[in-house]
Amino acid sequence: MKIPCPLCGARDSREFSYLGHAGLLDRPAPDAGDAAWDDYLHNRDNPAGVTEDLWSHDYGCAAWVVVTRNTATHGILSSRLAKDGAA
Amino acid sequence: MVKLTPTDPCADLLPVEHGHAVLRAVAPTDMWLVAPYNGKAKAAAKAAQKLVGQGWPDPGQGALSDGRGLLFFGHAHALLVGVAPSKDLMKSAAVTDQSDAWAVVDLSGDAARDVLARVTPLDVRPAAFGPGQCARCDIAHMQGAIVCLAPQQFRLMVFRSMAKTLVHDVTVAMESVAALGKTA
Repeated sequence: MKIPCPLCGARDSREFSYLGHAGLLDRPAPDAGDAAWDDYLHNRDNPAGVTEDLWSHDYGCAAWVVVTRNTATHGILSSRLAKDGAA
Repeated sequence: MVKLTPTDPCADLLPVEHGHAVLRAVAPTDMWLVAPYNGKAKAAAKAAQKLVGQGWPDPGQGALSDGRGLLFFGHAHALLVGVAPSKDLMKSAAVTDQSDAWAVVDLSGDAARDVLARVTPLDVRPAAFGPGQCARCDIAHMQGAIVCLAPQQFRLMVFRSMAKTLVHDVTVAMESVAALGKTA
């Protein structure tokens, strides 16, 4: 499997490590309340379709990358740098 | 006062030659990791330009001329090679001396790309990786860097503590390619 790094181009998946859903980028404010934090920490959608994940390009440019993929087709649709924020 | 002598981590292990590929040690030289401060990217690029005659490298780019250059070394870093940073550069970027932190070797010969293909998942075909290109990538499961110096010459870098592993893995790859008996 290859993952497209926005800086390095298509690279072998072994160069990356996986963190989780890209929703982790939307961290609630410290005083957002228990419900928001519970949701942030524990609740994940499980879509049959397009979703976004966070990958770290450990063996390459060391950037955090948001990869958009389709869980139904296994297709990788696009990628962008996590530091550039939400889509 | 004690005078410290620079030592090359690969000096006792190299050179190694098998078939149409040679692996040689590279003499230790200045290497500095350069990370521009927030909002100082342009000033850092200008200072680098003065120092090595080239600006900030685009992703995947990096060339050495007369042993000097600035290599793409990560999403927020470049590696300054062959020269110490100027005061100008230090004003606009955080610099870290890495001169003795890396094991550096040169792989060359007509079989160099075949050997490389056995130690890295990087696309090393000539059209994808040519002179002037530089990649941070997996080298035999080590976090390394490869610079294409010439069509059949590559500079490989891994963390200094892994020098023996680098030489071992590249040597095994050289032996395997040589065993195929292909004439280049």
